[in-house]
Amino acid sequence: MIDSALIPEGVKRCPFWQFLLALAVTGAVLLWGVYAMLLCWFKGLYITGMNDNYGFALWIWADLAVIALGGGAFFTGLLNYVIGKHKLKNLINYAVLIGFICYSSALLILAIDVGQPLRNWFIFWHANVHSMLTEVAFCLSCYFGVLCVEYLPLALENRQVDRIPFFHHLSHNLHEIMAVFAATGAFLSFFHQGSLGGVAGVLFGRPFGYRTHIFIWPTTFFLFTWSAAACGPCFTIFITRLTEKITGKQLVKPDVIDLLAKIAGWMLTTYLIAKICDTIYWADYTAPSMGFNLAFFYTHNALYGYWILATEIGICGVLPAAILISRPLRQRPGLLFLAVTLASIGVCLNRWVMVLQVLAVPVMPFDSWALYMPTWPEVATTILPVAYGTIMVLISYRYLPIFPQEKELNPVDF
Amino acid sequence: MFPFSFEWIWDGGHMIFHGGLWYALSIIGLGLTYCVIKAVIDSTKGGGDHHHH
Repeated sequence: MIDSALIPEGVKRCPFWQFLLALAVTGAVLLWGVYAMLLCWFKGLYITGMNDNYGFALWIWADLAVIALGGGAFFTGLLNYVIGKHKLKNLINYAVLIGFICYSSALLILAIDVGQPLRNWFIFWHANVHSMLTEVAFCLSCYFGVLCVEYLPLALENRQVDRIPFFHHLSHNLHEIMAVFAATGAFLSFFHQGSLGGVAGVLFGRPFGYRTHIFIWPTTFFLFTWSAAACGPCFTIFITRLTEKITGKQLVKPDVIDLLAKIAGWMLTTYLIAKICDTIYWADYTAPSMGFNLAFFYTHNALYGYWILATEIGICGVLPAAILISRPLRQRPGLLFLAVTLASIGVCLNRWVMVLQVLAVPVMPFDSWALYMPTWPEVATTILPVAYGTIMVLISYRYLPIFPQEKELNPVDF
Repeated sequence: MFPFSFEWIWDGGHMIFHGGLWYALSIIGLGLTYCVIKAVIDSTKGGGDHHHH
């Protein structure tokens, strides 16, 4: 193969033409998204479906969803480098790559949504220190820096780059102090995941989102961090399994996946207990104290019925949690894949509810339900990160030793 | 924003928000600087058979 000198030693990759074809197909989708992004920047937000009711829309949902799904990087890093679950070192590279893709996508989406990307530095220089979104911007940017640092040693381990002594030593040194970066990443993630939840929880003019506070933080602050720590690793497992299916290889030993699935299962179980308690308290006390009852939120429109609550907490919450905490169930590959898929959908659904349903519910007696339909540039720019992520995975998997166990699990005869 | 910027106020909000930002940026910056300097020293000393993972 033309690029065989760049491929890690002892592993097999698809023919170069196949790789180029995959890049071309995803590249075409990427270009479609870039075109839509440029349209949004040059023409302005009037080409989107956003209006006076929806200042936050599809982009902010996608932003919150990818940040939650990318939570696997900080939580797996915390488990591996700080808590000492060293078995997870066999999955940490991929978790970091997925986190890197998710967070760079989140920043890209924000850059489209906020517009005026040349003024990005304003949020750091003219910061409003009373805004949770300032905290999100600070932590998100810093954590993306941490993810770059975590991804760097992996990139430096490319066969040709590693031959250069400086890069070889730099990669080694970064590995040596990675625990410091991982701990910083966990600290930053705790706050930005939480603050994203806090944004909905402090909206006292929006009773569907408003929650009781613990000191200065609404309960959604803790629930968002908790759900990201639970569902982020599920998404990491989901993408790992998907990669294994596409490549037709086993890339990680089952005991590694089993450990992460077990921890994610218990995180999901404890999160759901807290979430159910929070929902009951909100339905029984918080919302009625503001003049609303539970039925009002779920029975007066065509889209947001009780089904969405049942799907989020039951089908995409309790069901995957039950599978993941049970050893015999999670050790069945089909059930494990089902559980991590449902958990990943569940956290996305939660973010949809906390961003879009919050804005759909009428708050004044003369208001009606405000429903929203995204336009094609919004859809294209939301699909853009998926294409970008696929390209990153394609290139990283081909040229970098992402899976340390791949060589052992797939011996190649030369 | 720095304490010498005209918008700066010495209150809890500014100190916590910006203190946290500088703290995180300092750790990332110092960590990277340490690794780069050590890599330069290691490269000039020679040898390159470290194994990680």
